[in-house]
Amino acid sequence: MMILTDLTIAEARNLLIAGDISSVELTEAHIRAMEATSSLNLFITETCEQALSKAEKSDTQRLSGNQGKLEGIPIAVKDLFCTHGVLASAASKMLTGYTPCYESTVTKHLWNAGAVMLGKTNMDEFAMGSSNETSYYGPVTNPWQRVNEPTVKLVPGGSSGGSAAAVAARAVMGALGTDTGGSIRQPASFCGVVGIKPTYGRCSRWGMIAFASSLDQAGPLTRTVRDSAIMLGEMAGYDAKDSTSVNIEVPDYEAALKKNVKGVRVGVPQEYFLEGMPKEIQCIWDKGITWFKEAGAEVKDVSLPHTKYALPTYYIVAPAEASSNLARYDGVRYGLRIEGKDLQEMYENTRAEGFGREVRRRIMIGTYVLSAGYYDAYYLKAQKVRTKIADDFRNSWKSVDLLLTPTAPSAAFVQGEKINDPIAMYLNDIFTVPASMAGLPAISVPVGLSSEGLPLGLQLIAKPFDEELLFRGAGLLELAANFKEKPKLAA
Amino acid sequence: MSIDHKIIQKIALLARIKVSAEEREELASELTNIFDWVEELDKVDTNDIEPMTSVVQASASLRKDNPNDGGYPERITANAPEAVEHFFTVPKVVE
Repeated sequence: MMILTDLTIAEARNLLIAGDISSVELTEAHIRAMEATSSLNLFITETCEQALSKAEKSDTQRLSGNQGKLEGIPIAVKDLFCTHGVLASAASKMLTGYTPCYESTVTKHLWNAGAVMLGKTNMDEFAMGSSNETSYYGPVTNPWQRVNEPTVKLVPGGSSGGSAAAVAARAVMGALGTDTGGSIRQPASFCGVVGIKPTYGRCSRWGMIAFASSLDQAGPLTRTVRDSAIMLGEMAGYDAKDSTSVNIEVPDYEAALKKNVKGVRVGVPQEYFLEGMPKEIQCIWDKGITWFKEAGAEVKDVSLPHTKYALPTYYIVAPAEASSNLARYDGVRYGLRIEGKDLQEMYENTRAEGFGREVRRRIMIGTYVLSAGYYDAYYLKAQKVRTKIADDFRNSWKSVDLLLTPTAPSAAFVQGEKINDPIAMYLNDIFTVPASMAGLPAISVPVGLSSEGLPLGLQLIAKPFDEELLFRGAGLLELAANFKEKPKLAA
Repeated sequence: MSIDHKIIQKIALLARIKVSAEEREELASELTNIFDWVEELDKVDTNDIEPMTSVVQASASLRKDNPNDGGYPERITANAPEAVEHFFTVPKVVE
């Protein structure tokens, strides 16, 4: 018997078009899967009723012969996107009860393409975290378990951990995430799914709750490369409401998958070899190199000398922008208000109570680096180093077309293991942050399992707006790795 | 770089976040560790380097300065913890 929740988006699309299944059936199957996986705490808000009524409309729409590219496909949306009439909390107490009166551009595109929203996924508070443990709504549990310690709860990665875990657990066919320093790619790697952060400017940020505006970018999480290509194709595009969105044509990403990687020049950045990196990470990286060689790509070593400065630079730039963006939460216009004896104390009480520990810490870092006397030493310095990091990539494009690296320095770790050690936590994003700093598109593809039975991902990075090549490279990794395993806690 | 509780107190004031005495000590030690780690950046020679303010090369698009949106105050104030008519309210600031 066909299991509807194991279908990919592309497979479901074909069955829907052929009339073999209906969107209502597909949506109902996923609602049951959401119930079966409820202990993982994947969702902050479930919207099952609206989903079923949208699915019915989709089925009617399809009969009329007029349908979108995601017609009737059930997906989830990270709770960082504003969705009309549905709570958008950014997993923060600060946004208790906040119900947007408008729709983000990216979600509007997806609904126009016929997608069905099953709910809003859990995440790290205001997208700050690499383990999904900073949510006001509690941590998300990774559906994958260690073979020898099946009772130990693992993190799904962050901050789009709820979205990545929901896709891995078969609760939805695809999900929206956002990536500031690795928040799509790192959880994709930890949960064994595909996650792409497009070029900065490819997707509109309008209606996305801001964390660090010069870095934030929306992207899909799916179980296959083709599904990511389908979803990104619908999300991307110029938006006059976001002055950083770029007005260039969105290619047919799915069509790009027809091309192979013969003759493509793939760079292996030497600075990504880390002392003390687990052997199995090195091992999958070596495999990736071999696969590209066997497929006729030209693999060569490259140097990105400022790689090791990317993470400390990120932890100045991102908190600086966050401290500025999050200044709007003061108890006056949104959600929570905690009274005080005067206006100043009301602000202070509201922000102390509304923000969790990690968010408060980052606002403090950002406020400090922007404050008088420290601006030049920290913030300006970081912006200059950022230029050098971006220059490294620009130089590398003279000799290569893609860069191949591991996505994360380890497999998923145990809940609570790193939460009290900020720097250890920040190191999870060591391979994803450099591409973010340069605004480059990057994708994570699951390629194997660790000795503990946990998924491991490889990352590809491309030139600005060359997502087509990224998908071609990702397609090769997917084909060669033939990763078919399913997590134990999936529906 | 050592960040003491006095600096924390100052940042907390600027950030408008109430920080308890106990939290001040914790934050001071955490931020000291983070900034010690960030100090690595001093090794990079950034003389004559332009600071990066945007990764998008395109220049900002311009439009005519005509209002093209608005006229829905009830939607603007819908999510305020306390709104009176179409106004955001704050505690009394003038005696």
